[in-house]
Amino acid sequence: MTYSPSEMMAAVAARELRDGEVVFVGIGLPNLACNLARATHAPRLLLIYESGAVGAEPERLPVSIGDPALVTGSLMVCGMADVFQGLLQNGRIEVGFLGGAQIDRFGNINTTVVGSYARPKVRLPGSGGAAEIAIHARRTLVVSRLSKRAFPAEVDFITSPGHRMKGRDRRQLGMPGAGPVRVVTDKAILDADPDSGELVLAALYPGVTPDDVQAGVGWPLRSRPALADVAPPTARELQLLREVLDPRRLYLSS
Amino acid sequence: MRDAVAELVRDGDTVVIEGFTHLICFAAGHEIIRQRRRDLTLCRLTPDLVYDQMIAAGCARKLVFSWAGNPGAGSLHAFRRAVERGTPPLELEEYSHFGMVARLSAGAARLPFWPLRDYMGTDLPEANPRIRTVACPYTGETLATVPALNPDVTIVHAQRADAEGNTQIWGLLGVQKEAALASSRVIVVVEELVDQTVIRADPNRTIIPGLAVNAVVVEPWGAHPSYAQGYYDRDNDFYVAWEAISRDPDALARYLDEFVHGVRDRAEYVARCGGLERLRARQQVCAGVNYGY
Repeated sequence: MTYSPSEMMAAVAARELRDGEVVFVGIGLPNLACNLARATHAPRLLLIYESGAVGAEPERLPVSIGDPALVTGSLMVCGMADVFQGLLQNGRIEVGFLGGAQIDRFGNINTTVVGSYARPKVRLPGSGGAAEIAIHARRTLVVSRLSKRAFPAEVDFITSPGHRMKGRDRRQLGMPGAGPVRVVTDKAILDADPDSGELVLAALYPGVTPDDVQAGVGWPLRSRPALADVAPPTARELQLLREVLDPRRLYLSS
Repeated sequence: MRDAVAELVRDGDTVVIEGFTHLICFAAGHEIIRQRRRDLTLCRLTPDLVYDQMIAAGCARKLVFSWAGNPGAGSLHAFRRAVERGTPPLELEEYSHFGMVARLSAGAARLPFWPLRDYMGTDLPEANPRIRTVACPYTGETLATVPALNPDVTIVHAQRADAEGNTQIWGLLGVQKEAALASSRVIVVVEELVDQTVIRADPNRTIIPGLAVNAVVVEPWGAHPSYAQGYYDRDNDFYVAWEAISRDPDALARYLDEFVHGVRDRAEYVARCGGLERLRARQQVCAGVNYGY
């Protein structure tokens, strides 16, 4: 069965989630992955959106992080002060899910500017809740497509911290969460090395070589001694993604 | 609306129009544009289309924010032109969502700042020197701080209120309560004005007490193209269309001429948009609770 890179990314990201976990959900592929996990192996996954919906079970694909479908039928709707103070800073979020325009060697993420802050070449949206998710979630998953532009050796601006920031690590800086431990791309899975904090090649998708991955990464990519294989999306996963979760193919088209 | 903006929104004010995706008061934003307010400091977590329009219309001197995109649909191009090319010039003061929430919490509590465990390892404090740190007097831990945000005027859209401004909101609550309590002046804009007995029948749903409200404006569809839970859905087609409109300064100017300057009030805007009934919410009414004792 053929499938698109985004379908593969959604399926791989979904498998990262364990049943019963509390997930802080972003819009787009992370949202698809969470709802796919809920429909397959993790029916008790608890979805929390920064807009204040807790235990959301959206009947339609939310087009924004504040979609009214996140409210209807959820367990709780609270103000954003409660979300960030009482849930995230409180340590209740087990998994954070982030994307990013740029991700560097140490998992630092930039969603703020390309170029200098004062005179940016491209002004991106900024942090939203990403900075505090990367700091507080017990672990963070990142979803992003490989390219030299998206994976530079060093980001132009650290919006959300990874594992080494200007020579200092997370423990020295007093961050409660483990940070971006895993990056799900369109060709492979990268893991943060527990000692150095550097992103290394951990698993390859079917038909992908290490050189293919290196071509989309802006630093000499080291590799785990034994690379795992990643299974393609199952027929069930594809059917759910295409017919139930994103029938209009808002996020799955490429 | 004309009277409320004329009386309560002044040139040079710090203005908050809150509502996280939900209940964004475009009706007030458009009236501020029509009355040609200038040199405003506009604050919102997500500037959204409403501040993109106000920046394009020349109302803003400064933007205080935490996420400046077109949610689910693309960029805010008037904002980007101002930042990338300086047309028109726009001063930025940037936080994360938690930082903005904390600023309004401090403002509502009338404290000078709010501590939070945040920003370590990020470049945000370098970009914004108002993000600072404090040593905890009990544990010695270094915590981030953000300064209180006390707007001159906050505008909140809501499903309903009584004539005294006791305001009920359901669905996503955002930071409207904190923003209203932090503000010197508050305008509440509602889909429906209700008798006070309706409010008193369900007091837990009141988010802003009338004692903090200066003016109540009745403006059905006032949050369009954003949404009002239980009243109408988000006009997502318009959010998608904004990508092309805002990308072209001439198209954006034509939009403002037709839908903002070219109408006298919200009722004319609604008539000009046409067909908004397609967004009307379906019925899903909850059972209610027993308040007896």
